[in-house]
Amino acid sequence: MSTRIYLYKRFERFWHWSQAALIVTMMLSGFEVHGSYILFGFGEAVRIHTLAAWSLLTLWAFTIVWQFTTGEWRQYLPTLRRVDAMVKYYVTGIFSDAPHPFRKTTAHKHNPLQRLAYLGFLAVMSPVIWGSGLLYLFHAQWPAFGLDRHLSLEWVAFVHTAGAFMILVFFIAHVYMTTTGHTPFAHIRSMITGWEEEHP
Amino acid sequence: MRGKTGIAAALGLAGALLLAAGAPAWASSGGTPGKAEKSTADHTVFKELQGPFASGEEVTQACLKCHTNAARQVMSTRHWTWDYVNPDTGQPLGKKTMLNGFCIGDRSNEAFCQSCHVGYGWKDASFDFSSEKNVDCLVCHHDGDYVKVPGLAGHPAYERIEYPARSGKFIGPVDLPKVAAGIGKTRRENCGSCHYYGGGGDGVKHGDLDSSLNAPPRALDVHMSPAGGNFSCATCHRSDGHALAGSRIAPTAADPHGPIVRGENSGRNPATCQACHGDTPHASRPGRPDALHVHSPELLNAHARTLACQSCHIPAFARGGVPTKMSWDWSTAGQLTPEGTPFQKKDEHGHVIYDSKKGDFGLGRNVEPEYAWFDGKVSYTLLTDTIDPSRRVAINTFHGTPGDPQARIWPIKRFIGKQPYDTEHRTLLVPHTAVKDDTAFWYNFDWPKALKAGAEANGSPFSGKFDFVQTEMLWPITHMVAPAEAAVGCQECHRQNGRLEGVPGIYVPGRDRHANLDLIGRTLAGLTLAVSLLHGLLRILGGGSRRNQA
Repeated sequence: MSTRIYLYKRFERFWHWSQAALIVTMMLSGFEVHGSYILFGFGEAVRIHTLAAWSLLTLWAFTIVWQFTTGEWRQYLPTLRRVDAMVKYYVTGIFSDAPHPFRKTTAHKHNPLQRLAYLGFLAVMSPVIWGSGLLYLFHAQWPAFGLDRHLSLEWVAFVHTAGAFMILVFFIAHVYMTTTGHTPFAHIRSMITGWEEEHP
Repeated sequence: MRGKTGIAAALGLAGALLLAAGAPAWASSGGTPGKAEKSTADHTVFKELQGPFASGEEVTQACLKCHTNAARQVMSTRHWTWDYVNPDTGQPLGKKTMLNGFCIGDRSNEAFCQSCHVGYGWKDASFDFSSEKNVDCLVCHHDGDYVKVPGLAGHPAYERIEYPARSGKFIGPVDLPKVAAGIGKTRRENCGSCHYYGGGGDGVKHGDLDSSLNAPPRALDVHMSPAGGNFSCATCHRSDGHALAGSRIAPTAADPHGPIVRGENSGRNPATCQACHGDTPHASRPGRPDALHVHSPELLNAHARTLACQSCHIPAFARGGVPTKMSWDWSTAGQLTPEGTPFQKKDEHGHVIYDSKKGDFGLGRNVEPEYAWFDGKVSYTLLTDTIDPSRRVAINTFHGTPGDPQARIWPIKRFIGKQPYDTEHRTLLVPHTAVKDDTAFWYNFDWPKALKAGAEANGSPFSGKFDFVQTEMLWPITHMVAPAEAAVGCQECHRQNGRLEGVPGIYVPGRDRHANLDLIGRTLAGLTLAVSLLHGLLRILGGGSRRNQA
């Protein structure tokens, strides 16, 4: 007999899925601007990328307020406790139907590996992509701030592309990990409905 | 009912007011005011201009009675001297001494080429440059029916002549009193009679100047089109005492300033785009935040720090239906029919692609320009310079360092020639071609004779041994500005193998990348995907999640 817990609140789900859509949009348009393929056309790709960037920044502004007012920010505090157990589970246990070493609760939604991954996203990828991205976006204004003497578009683009590849890797791994619930779509379903089915 | 009539009456009144007050009187006669309405003098009433005139010089003398300084003004310009010393290199440039890859050189051919000299009688070195009556006022100010016939050293035909010789076409004698009475401001046709036809025909040399600019549709030239600005050449090429702004030997390659304000005494070239538009011409449309623009104004204005306006706003040259010569091979000239007469070959549009007098031509229409850094400094290979015949000889070189504040990336026409040179002295040669005598190539088809006569006229040595060498010549593209909506699209350059492929000194998103970063990034993403798929496959084989599902 399984029990259900309400894990993801309405705003959290809205945030997650709109962020997912924006990040996919930014990856599609961004790698076109990078010259990896032609999809929207360069000018249109730039416009889409820019619009998505401002949308995502706006979304994050609300989200940061939400994280702090609800105390949910604590979900991202890193811990090394039982990381080894998580790694062991994904490397061996998962193939033999071993029990999941982590039990989700509303106070601890993320397993220790997730916490590290999301912290990496917040503390490494995010500053890299946003720092370089905003410089890139405001390239036209560099001379007004004297930045053109210190920066080259080439290296800003380099850092931005490096950040983009990190996010691509994160995205692939993240999407795959969603299938590791008790059924392949269990995690995705709970991210849509908010309810997590607990299996003993 | 009363309301309706009231509205109708109000509309009628408003319409009448608009008709009465909305436009100046000349507007109804179409566009700009005619000469008669604008000029303070009606030249048809002046007795001095009613002739009879035996020659152009006599007309000039009549003009100078009132316009006393005009000839001296003209004589101080390159239109008269055909002479210019490059201040950077000291090279003697100007049409008198410069070489090109088309008709090659002026000297020995003056009687022909000087049909484009703003004077009368320059047929050899004995021409008197100090005689005011030799200035030709009419060629720039006539209103039609005035042609300086090649071969007459700058004169129009004073009697009926066959031109071209043996063509069966005739030019009637010029009616000088009528031409003199009809003079006015320069029209495009005046400037075009020489600047369109340089190199021996319509559109041959420049690529961005040909007779299609006489009445261009808006799509061809947004400034000159009657449906656009309806500019004449002199609208941009402003004259100051007969000195005209603009030069292709010493152009203004970068003009990073706002528009020239009326009364401003900065000495800037008024013919640049920035002279009117300023250096940040792209503006937001009201009510639309920039992020919604496909082309953000700031982004486009930032491009102007690297690119000449022309690079985006002239998507192609020779767009008016008139082809331009992209190549000219003199080495095949001189082939004759079995009967021993010269002949021409034409392409499917009726344009000449072979001429016994000149050789083979390559023509181009709607040509996408090449792009290169250019700071406005040009150097030339002159008759006195030694060449390396094993390589293509650059007749002119555009200078410019990537990133130099004086330089921009410019659109250019690259013309390829093949022309005679002296294999002993390793110098380019000017053939004597166009003036009918017993050495001119066009009448004798004898290279040694023509080259010897040309060398003598130019005072350059000729060993008697010659061959043909490939040459190239660059032309800045600056006319035929398209409407904004037809400007070069982002993706034309922001991709690989785009228009700016190979242009150094800039990072072009979409064109440039760090190959190693891409390799590492793609490898990591691929590995992550592979590991995920393998992990998933093992889960399925291990049955872990299936059992859970059950």
